[in-house]
Amino acid sequence: MSTRLATGGRLIDHAAPMTFTFNGKEMQGYAGDTLASALLANDRMLVGRSFKYHRPRGIMASGAEEPNALVGLGRDGQFEPNQRATTTELFDGLESTSQNHWPSLDHDIGAVNQYLGRVLPAGFYYKMFLYPRAFWKHVYEPFIRHSAGLGKAPQDRDADSYEHFHVHVDVLVIGGGIAGLQAACAAGRTGAKVLLIEQTAHWGGRAPVDGGVVDGISVDAFTQNLIAELDAMENVTMRLRTMGAGVYDHGYVLGYERRTDHAPDMGGPRHRLWRIRAARTITATGAIERPLSFSGNDIPGVMLASAVRDYAVNFGVAVGDRTLVVTNNDDGYRTAIALKNLGLDVPAVIDARPAGGGALAQEAASLGIRIETGKAVAKALGGKRITGAAVCAQAGTGSVDEEIECDCIAMSGGWSPVVHLWSHCGGKLIWDADHAFFRPDPARPPLGAEGQGVVMAAGSANGALDLAIALADADYAGRKAAEATGYRPKRGRPPEAEQAGEAPILPVWQMPEGADQTLRAKTWLDFQNDVKVTDVQLAAREGFESVEHTKRYTTLGMATDQGKLSNINGLAVLSEALGQAIPATGTTTFRPPYTPISMGAIAGEARGDLFQPLRRTPMHEWHEANGAEWEPVGQWRRPYCYIQGDETPADAVTREVTAVRQSLGLLDASTLGKIIVKGPDAGQFLDMMYTNMMSNLGIGKCRYGLMCNENGFLIDDGVVARIDADTWLCHTTTGGADHIHAHMEEWLQTEWWDWQVYTANVTEQWAQIAVVGPNARNLLEKFTDDDLSAEAFPFMTWKDVTLNSVRARVFRISFSGELSYEVATPAGMGRAVWNELLAGAEEFGATTYGTEALHVLRAEKGFIMIGDETDGTVTPQDLCLNWAVSKKKHDFIGKRGQQRSHLCDPKRWRLVGLQTLDGSVLPDGAYAATQARNANGQRKTIGRVTSTYYSPTLKRGIAMGLVENGPQRMGEVIDFPMLDGTVQQVRIVDPVQYDKAGEKQNV
Amino acid sequence: MSEVWQNQSALPGASATGFARVDEIGLRGAIVLRGDLSSSAVKNVATGIGGVDMPGTLGINLVEERAVAWMSPDELLLMMPYAEVDVALGQIHKTLEGQHYLAQNVSDTRAGFLVSGARAREVLAKLTPADVSPDAFPKGVVRRSKLGQVPAAFWLNDEGDIEVICFRSVAQYVFDLLANAAKAGSEVGYFSIPD
Repeated sequence: MSTRLATGGRLIDHAAPMTFTFNGKEMQGYAGDTLASALLANDRMLVGRSFKYHRPRGIMASGAEEPNALVGLGRDGQFEPNQRATTTELFDGLESTSQNHWPSLDHDIGAVNQYLGRVLPAGFYYKMFLYPRAFWKHVYEPFIRHSAGLGKAPQDRDADSYEHFHVHVDVLVIGGGIAGLQAACAAGRTGAKVLLIEQTAHWGGRAPVDGGVVDGISVDAFTQNLIAELDAMENVTMRLRTMGAGVYDHGYVLGYERRTDHAPDMGGPRHRLWRIRAARTITATGAIERPLSFSGNDIPGVMLASAVRDYAVNFGVAVGDRTLVVTNNDDGYRTAIALKNLGLDVPAVIDARPAGGGALAQEAASLGIRIETGKAVAKALGGKRITGAAVCAQAGTGSVDEEIECDCIAMSGGWSPVVHLWSHCGGKLIWDADHAFFRPDPARPPLGAEGQGVVMAAGSANGALDLAIALADADYAGRKAAEATGYRPKRGRPPEAEQAGEAPILPVWQMPEGADQTLRAKTWLDFQNDVKVTDVQLAAREGFESVEHTKRYTTLGMATDQGKLSNINGLAVLSEALGQAIPATGTTTFRPPYTPISMGAIAGEARGDLFQPLRRTPMHEWHEANGAEWEPVGQWRRPYCYIQGDETPADAVTREVTAVRQSLGLLDASTLGKIIVKGPDAGQFLDMMYTNMMSNLGIGKCRYGLMCNENGFLIDDGVVARIDADTWLCHTTTGGADHIHAHMEEWLQTEWWDWQVYTANVTEQWAQIAVVGPNARNLLEKFTDDDLSAEAFPFMTWKDVTLNSVRARVFRISFSGELSYEVATPAGMGRAVWNELLAGAEEFGATTYGTEALHVLRAEKGFIMIGDETDGTVTPQDLCLNWAVSKKKHDFIGKRGQQRSHLCDPKRWRLVGLQTLDGSVLPDGAYAATQARNANGQRKTIGRVTSTYYSPTLKRGIAMGLVENGPQRMGEVIDFPMLDGTVQQVRIVDPVQYDKAGEKQNV
Repeated sequence: MSEVWQNQSALPGASATGFARVDEIGLRGAIVLRGDLSSSAVKNVATGIGGVDMPGTLGINLVEERAVAWMSPDELLLMMPYAEVDVALGQIHKTLEGQHYLAQNVSDTRAGFLVSGARAREVLAKLTPADVSPDAFPKGVVRRSKLGQVPAAFWLNDEGDIEVICFRSVAQYVFDLLANAAKAGSEVGYFSIPD
């Protein structure tokens, strides 16, 4: 029976009872409890079911390494699955539910799987699901989907908030146990900027539970002194409930602060992700006790010896009335002693070592505890909880000497340093045969940019399990790390701890040594994923020699706990099966995060309105208030069209296009990129940037230009205006503003660094309004006395115009084929100018128009659009824009590429207009095909649609496309097979379908 | 059409209060000046307009509404009252005529915010990877970095008084970011607060 002791429990407050529920049942705990300790205090041993066999699972550990006690926490918008009960602090009103069972935890149908264990061997998934093929879709996949995953995915939007926090420190210490505290102190005393983080809610780690004497005082008191000293240091920051999640390149470390998980009513962000740049990082992450591999080691009531001790000392919880201790090292005796001192029954310590233990064993013996050396547990007895253990000789095959009644088995298979964070960024490990564990190899640490080690391990994380050695090690690490960041440690001696004489560990990977198949088949390595000793041995027999392959084949260590308990035991079993030493097998890769972190913490503030930046023009609010149907263009939102009354978007586009053609339309063109290029070499530079000449552009004139990349493919287009003798203004596409500016700067900074050219991206300085249509001039003339006549202000020129006291730069350019002006004013004036122009335009029946009308207007005129007619593989020549590719210039970016044979191939698909015979609108992206077949038996394609619209002007569908030999095939009819099996017959026509002579724009 | 058309900053009057305050600054004049920062002509015209000494790398010198900020090895941002920009630009063109330089009015290019309060640094540290601790980010330093997902620059007017500039199109995003990061109850308690 698992119960709460009347007194004791250093972390709980007996005066502060709390109520919580587990599967709807109300239970009591105390402030300071974890959910695990509170469940145990309520005699709740069975807390979940394993993944594959649905075996009953009890709490195994007391910390982050817990494989079994995973629960769903909270409800609705605060529901979260797969939360470890051992790291969940209890709060009043906590709601928890167990996972992976049906219909209930205690009676789970899925448990029949365990009787199928013989037909669910290692690699079952790989072997079973291959045949018959038809089963995959209808039987296997639905089955796997149904049974996959332990917890249920949340159904509601996350109700909490999250954030990031960036800090830069000299020394980061991960782990607030005694080693971390000592290391932080040693570093802090030098004046270095130190951040100390601890994943639990308490400083001191295991030391206060395990005891000892340092500098003549109890280790608990010593720890309190360290905390007080650190607290008083201005240069040291200490954060509890903050886990070191991952170590990355350049000293970048993620810390995961669980701010309000223990106090949901506190308000503020739930989790905070600390994005830490540390010059040096010390991993004082402690060690994790290993289970022992004996038959039935997964039955609820079998627990790590250190966890049994933790629950008793920290939380005043006795996991059992009679606790049998099984160990292969001295540490197990600590549990026996602790329990005995609390008045609990310890029927025996089963010590696998023939010679037994050291000083701790003597202490246990003196307390009257029975000690059996050279012995092992042959088999744990019980079903949903432990009832006893069959004891045998470790050396034998498991013939039972006696059965010992007990309701808890505390096992200690030795300790493994937590090397995860050390390993994340390339720190290497060495096998320490004396202590039977992998520990960080100080000669091969993770390296920083300067080639030096940037991470040091300290204390038990570094393999220093003994208190005295751990303290000295941590003190050294703290001083060294501070020194490496430019601080001078003062001389002084490290604290001294009394050392207990310990007997060496006996590596035990199977208990008993010669266990037969029946025993091994019930000996668990990975408790969450149900991987047994026999599974790993089978994998080895089937030829899986690499530990990484065996991991994936057996799923060992692939569960949410990532094998914190199972890894070393598993690879030891594998090594034995392969007949090689453990270091020859090696470990699997340690990857961040150390334990799972919330998706919310990763996203931080980036959700809802802050998910992505939304770029707004100065007229954005007006659009929003006037029926704009938005179209995302990069991070901008541009009006696609403006809906009036009951209009459909198509109606609106038709109305907008018609208004522009017949009278007047206004477009917010502010998003177009605007880059100033200035300097004595600016003309020469632009001649390289553009395919056509820009150096000879007259002052006050505009010219349409094309830009290619080095391969000769089109990347951007736009109108260039010559401002003065050495200044040009380059318009880019909306999406091109930033990358074309970067493209220019890259060439200037890396290739032509000696050219005298400066650029400035002034895109956002200007609001730009296109005033388009036969009445465009009439509108502007209402606001200015400047001469806007065709003679004074001809097509393809620009002019400074004063519009009602506002100085505007007006470009007479046209993307619609109509008389058109683009009016640029300072952005702050944009909204006012927009409002006034609109008011003035009313008498002309003007409309505002959006991007779709803009597209239709330009397509009617056969103007290309970057991103529609181009896709990164299209040249100016493909688009019949040879007129804009200079033949005189000796060079420009893309010239050489365009001379390559494939780009000169006469059979390249080239731009034409496409007109359906029935006047309908072609689907975008449709392909033209001939009757010929390619090698795969598919119809040969000879072209595709790049732009297609309904033209309100021509009252039929219009399209442009790229077609093989297109310009030579004017008038020909080609086939476009449709998705529904029909064929659209399409005539190849001139892409310019409206006002070929350009009379309308040039009036 | 005789009335004067009104010029507007990006988010006139926007303001939010949490553990720190966030206020939009309003219109301010700004000129980007690119040139040889070691030339005495460039230095003279910049410091003349800014009314402050020439800043070094990552430096900004301020006095009241004027400032000269180092933006890159060949770029300065000159700040001044909005109404004075044209005169200042004229002065630059006159002084640097014949030299290789670029000067553009960028007064409307950006939005500005003031983040004020004893924990103003924490608001920024939630959003920028730049080191904004008192030793790395004292008065006189300007950082061009990012806030959330967009570029931004920031400097201290005084302790507890941080000015942030970003592109005008993302003014709402940056304001929302800052206001969200400054929400009461989300204080981090990391940077020590001066007495």
